Amino acid sequence: MNELQFLTWVRGTGLDIAVAIFLLGVIWRLVEIYSLGRKKDLAAPRHTPGASGWHTIVRRSVPPPGMFKQSPVTYVGGYVFHIGLALIVFFFAPHIKLIEGLLGISWPGLPSQIIDLVTVVTLAAMVVVLVDRIKKPVKRFLSTFEDWFTWAVTFLPVLTGWLAVQHLLLPYTTMLALHILSVEVLLVVLPFTKLFHAFTVFGSRWYNGAVNGHKGVPV
Amino acid sequence: MTATLEKGVRVLKEVIDAPIASYFNSCVHCGLCAEACLFYTETGDPKYTPIHKLEPLRRVYEQEYTLLGRLAKLVGLAKPVTDAELHEWQELVYNSCTLCGRCSVVCPVGNDIVYMVRKLREGMSASGNAPDGIKGAASRTITIGSPMGVKLPAVKAQMKHVEEDHDIPIPLDVEGAEYMVMLSSMEIINFPEYLAAIAKIMRQAGKTWTLCSTAFEATNAGMQIGNSDLARVIVTRIVDGAERLKVKTVISPECGHAYTALRWEGANLVGRPFTFQVKHIIEVLGEFQEQGLLKTEGMETDRLTFHDPCQLARRGGVIQQQRSLMKQIAQDFVEMPDAGFMNWCCGGGGGASAIEEGEELRLEAFKKKKAQLDAVKPDRLVTACANCRIVLEEGLEHYQMDIPVVGLTETIAEHIPDPVNSEGA
Repeated sequence: MNELQFLTWVRGTGLDIAVAIFLLGVIWRLVEIYSLGRKKDLAAPRHTPGASGWHTIVRRSVPPPGMFKQSPVTYVGGYVFHIGLALIVFFFAPHIKLIEGLLGISWPGLPSQIIDLVTVVTLAAMVVVLVDRIKKPVKRFLSTFEDWFTWAVTFLPVLTGWLAVQHLLLPYTTMLALHILSVEVLLVVLPFTKLFHAFTVFGSRWYNGAVNGHKGVPV
Repeated sequence: MTATLEKGVRVLKEVIDAPIASYFNSCVHCGLCAEACLFYTETGDPKYTPIHKLEPLRRVYEQEYTLLGRLAKLVGLAKPVTDAELHEWQELVYNSCTLCGRCSVVCPVGNDIVYMVRKLREGMSASGNAPDGIKGAASRTITIGSPMGVKLPAVKAQMKHVEEDHDIPIPLDVEGAEYMVMLSSMEIINFPEYLAAIAKIMRQAGKTWTLCSTAFEATNAGMQIGNSDLARVIVTRIVDGAERLKVKTVISPECGHAYTALRWEGANLVGRPFTFQVKHIIEVLGEFQEQGLLKTEGMETDRLTFHDPCQLARRGGVIQQQRSLMKQIAQDFVEMPDAGFMNWCCGGGGGASAIEEGEELRLEAFKKKKAQLDAVKPDRLVTACANCRIVLEEGLEHYQMDIPVVGLTETIAEHIPDPVNSEGA
């Protein structure tokens, strides 16, 4: 298989397989999790403004009082790389083209220089949170193979995409093919690892907000 | 039925619901929950990271409720939960967790970690891995009627003392009273001033109230140990008592877990909504204050601060009332850092104070409270939980801090003037 055949495969069959596993995986996991249901809370509720699942979905995006200074690297690093990933995935012009090709919808992208900068910052933030995971006793203690693996699986698409755009290290075609392949690995892995928090984070925040909201506590 | 590993694992399977599944799938091992837990912040030992305390529950979830986990189990790749492991986890699930719920309010993905610890305790208890200290308290509550072994005659003796000392009647088993007042053993034995305070406050407010001979103990060690069957027996006594006396409201005493057990878990334990309301005494005092039924004279002049019991404030939603009440009777009321919603636990909630072998760790964790107190240097510390009070007193004594601890209800009652004689007092 030469590089062109490789690129053709990752763009065709490879992508089909990855997207299929991703979609079926996400649906399966969501059903597996949320079909477990929960018991109705029979205690008389106390109603307090701001205490609900929906409020907590939004509120929990901001550090609770006193927490930021406990772990600034976690917060800053976390914000930067999550926002960075979102900007890169959804506002890089070629990505929008791809989405348009698949779904027929599109929106304006960001200038490539901006995406360039965002990518470098995102990569840097991801390295920082990795170093933090290695250095902080609690994070290292909690970390399993999955934590290192999912970090790599998230990092590689950003890195290979940036290298491809910059025409660095490998011929463009090869690097682009590697970029698409790394995204496919990410798609396949996402539903079955902690990366699935991209979906469950909303359910988790909602449950927490609803359970405590029943008691009139805005959490 | 005897406790066995099989039973424990079965119970763990039963308690796992959609929220727990969602929580485990959301955890990214960021470790922020550790920063919220005083057992971690004061020891620096990562094993006290709240989410780690749930490891046995997480594995049961993975092996029973996820496709990949079930496959792994099928081919023998899954690590089953063992008795030895659960035994080892006892320290993490009980001694070093007071169910304070701070972790649950900081988790960035929204995991309600304390909700899961409470459920894990069900399995720990069913597998025979609950600490002896709380087990004893629970069985005494079931067989004798209270965790400290207090029986009705002791309550009656206390009632008599209060009636004689304060010349005020203490009603017992009065049908149709508006309020049924519950006590904690601690109040019956160590803090009789609470009962006197209630009598004075109710008399001034012109409210009818009663104690109940079949349900005077409010604390619920069954809930703390994580045994819903025992917790149900204890709550049912109170429900029966309240319904027999046809009261409108049952008042939970100055005790955090009694409030949670009755107010939030009670109806779920008995399986139907209550026919009466449940309020913490601080909520009732807050209402009296708002309605102008709480008239006090004079102010405390020394520097006072308030320790929020976790189950009352963060876990119970009663945060403002105690502050308004403090301001009514204290000239120099200062707030500790993180007071209110984010307050730090005394270190002995959730049954932890009943665990003898956990004392050293508890005192270590108390350094957090010490730092909070050092920041404001109060002359006295006011709280609204008899268990907090005992734990605080032990910690303060250990660190040789001369700060008396008092209950808010009795402190307020001291400012209630005696009724004018024309009413025949």
